Amino acid sequence: MTTEASSRETTEGRVYSVTGGDWDSLVTEIGQTKEERVVINMGPQHPSTHGVLRLILELEGETVTEARAGIGYLHTGIEKNTEYRTWTQGVTFVTRMDYLAPLFNEAAYCLGVEKLLGITNDVPERASVIRVMMMELNRISSHMVALGTGALELGALSPMIFAFREREKVLDLFEMISGLRMNMAYIRPGGVAQDIPLGAVTKIRETVKELRHNFKDNEKLLVGNSIWMKRTQGIGYLDLAGCITLGVTGPVLRSAGMPWDLRKTEPYCGYENYDFDVITTDTCDVYGRFLIRMQELEQSLRIIEQACDKLGNLAGAPVMVADKKIAWPAQLSVGGDGMGNSLNHIREIMGESMEALIHHFKLVTEGFSVPAGQVYATVESPRGETGVHLVSDGGTHPYRVHFREPSFNNLQSTAAMSEGGMIADIIGAVASIDPVMGGVDR
Amino acid sequence: MSDSTQKGSFGVSGTGDTSGFGGLVRTAIDSGSTERPYGGYFDSVADDLERAYPEFSDAIERVVVDRGELTLHVKRERLVDVARILRDTESLRFEVCLGVNGVHYPDQAGRELHAVYPLLSMTHNRRIRLEVSIPDSDPHLPSLVELWAGNNWHERETFDMFGIIFDGHPGLTRILMPDDWPGHPQRKDYPLGGIAIEYKGATVPAPSERRSYK
Repeated sequence: MTTEASSRETTEGRVYSVTGGDWDSLVTEIGQTKEERVVINMGPQHPSTHGVLRLILELEGETVTEARAGIGYLHTGIEKNTEYRTWTQGVTFVTRMDYLAPLFNEAAYCLGVEKLLGITNDVPERASVIRVMMMELNRISSHMVALGTGALELGALSPMIFAFREREKVLDLFEMISGLRMNMAYIRPGGVAQDIPLGAVTKIRETVKELRHNFKDNEKLLVGNSIWMKRTQGIGYLDLAGCITLGVTGPVLRSAGMPWDLRKTEPYCGYENYDFDVITTDTCDVYGRFLIRMQELEQSLRIIEQACDKLGNLAGAPVMVADKKIAWPAQLSVGGDGMGNSLNHIREIMGESMEALIHHFKLVTEGFSVPAGQVYATVESPRGETGVHLVSDGGTHPYRVHFREPSFNNLQSTAAMSEGGMIADIIGAVASIDPVMGGVDR
Repeated sequence: MSDSTQKGSFGVSGTGDTSGFGGLVRTAIDSGSTERPYGGYFDSVADDLERAYPEFSDAIERVVVDRGELTLHVKRERLVDVARILRDTESLRFEVCLGVNGVHYPDQAGRELHAVYPLLSMTHNRRIRLEVSIPDSDPHLPSLVELWAGNNWHERETFDMFGIIFDGHPGLTRILMPDDWPGHPQRKDYPLGGIAIEYKGATVPAPSERRSYK
C-alpha cells in the first residue's frame, strides 16, 4: 500500500515532505508539474551523509546544478568551554572535537601549549615517540572508518565489516595503553598521561603483523573492482588550483599530486627521524583519495614499527617534562574504569607529605599559568592540517582556543566537487573528503 | 577573565592570601613592535613585502616576532592590498590562507575585536600571521573570499561567534549557531551558561561560577 506524500504551497513553490513509503505518489505528483528544477533537502538525518550533515541540492533531472552544505547540528561550544578550564583540562575537551582522530586534536593542542610555555624542547624523547606511535595507530583507525563507511555509503557492505574489524584491534591497543578506547585525553601538555604498560610493545608488534595481513582483504575487495572503480573514478574532481584556493589539505590535496604532508614539511614530535613515504596520486578523484588512504595505512605501520624499536632503546625514560610546576604530580595508572591516580601516590600525599598534598591540590585545581602570547601549532591529521590557535593572557586558563579543523575547511569543497555531476556521486564526493561532523561543528 | 589586569587568583580577594598566588599579576597582551633583526626567514619576508608594497610603513602597524612566529598587525583599510601582495608576489607567495579566527579583548578600547589570519606558503614552506584589530562600535572588515575562496566558511564562523561583519562576503550568515540565535557566543561578554547541580544536599555551581575558574 502506498501513502500520499503530503505537500503544501509556499512562496518558493510547492513543498513536499517525504517520509519513505510514499515515493510512488511523490513521483506521480512531481511528474504532473511543469517545473524541471527540484530542490532537495538531504539530511541532517540521512544514512549516507557521513554524520549530521545537511545537503541542499538543486537538481535538474538527476544532475546537480547547485549543492550547499548546512552544518552546525553538532556544535557543542568546546572552544568556549575551554576558556573556563585549566590548560590541562582543555585536553579532555578538545579530544572530543574530531572524535575519530582524538589523539591528533590532543597533540595539536599540547604542542601549542608547550610552544606557549617554551618547553617544546624539554618534552622527553620517550613521550614524543609514544605520541607518534599513538597518532599513527589513530591514523589507521580513522582511515578504517573513512574506507569502511565510504564504501558502505556507495553500496559496498563487506569492506565495512573488515574495516571495523581492524579498527577494533587498534581501539583495543588504545584501551590497553590509555585505559580508554576513544576520547582518551592521553597526550598532556609536557608529555603523556602515563607510560605504556608492560607488554604493550609486544602486543603492538603482534597487532601490526595482523593488520598488515588483514589489510589485504579490503584491497582484494576494492582495488581494481570494476563496480567500485565506476563509482569512484573521475568522480568528485578537484584539481590542485581548486585545493589551494579552498585551503584543502590532507588526502584530497595529495590526490591532486601535491606531496604536502606536515610530517615531512614541518616535522613535529620527531617525525624527521622516521622513514616513510608521502603517498600521492594525480587523478584528483574519489578513487585516488581512496588509494591514498589505503597506502597510508602501510606507511603508518612502518612508522609504528620504528617507534617500537625506539621505545625499546628508551626503556625507563621519563614520559613527562621534569618541571614539577607543570608535570602532573603523579603518574596515572589504568584502573578498572579508566584512569586514576596510582595508589603509591595516594599513600604518599595522604599519609606522608603534606607539601606533596598541597602541591597536588594546587596544580590540579588551579593549574599552571602560561605566559601571555599567541601561537599557532599544526599537525597532519588523517584529514589534513589540524591547526590550533591559542591565546594566553598569562593566566591558568586559555584566553582563546580555536581549532582550524580540516573537516570544517574541506567540507566547503563539496560544491566544487559535485556541481554538474549526478546526484548519486555526491555521496562518493563527500565520503572522499571524510568529514567528521564533531570536528566540523566543534 | 575579562579584566586585562587582574591581581591574585583562585578567587582570593580582600582577605589574607591563602593561595600563595596573591602576587600573581596578569597583564594585557600588548607587546610592542619587535626590533630587527627578526631572525630566520622573517627578515626576508618583511624586506620582500616592503619592496613589493611601498605603503608598507603606513599599512603595517606593528611587526611582532614571538615564540618563533611572525605577526604583521595590518590596518583594516590595507588588509586586502597586503593580503593580495603576500599571495601574488613570487618571493612571498603565501598561496594558502588557513582561515580566520577572532579574539575578543573587551578592555582594549577602540580595538576590542581582533581577526587573525594564519598564512602558509607551500612554495617556500613558510608561515606568517596577519592580525587586524577593529573597534567593537564599527565591527567591519573587508572579506578575503575573493583572494582565498576557502575563507568563506571561516569568515561566516567568525561573524557567527564574534559579530565581525565581513564586507563583500558572498553570503554572510550564521554557520554553527541557528539562524535566529541572538548574540555572538565567543565574545567575552557572552556568558558560558550552565546550571548548578544539586546532589544529596550539596550544590556544585555552573562552571563559570566556580571559585577556581574565575
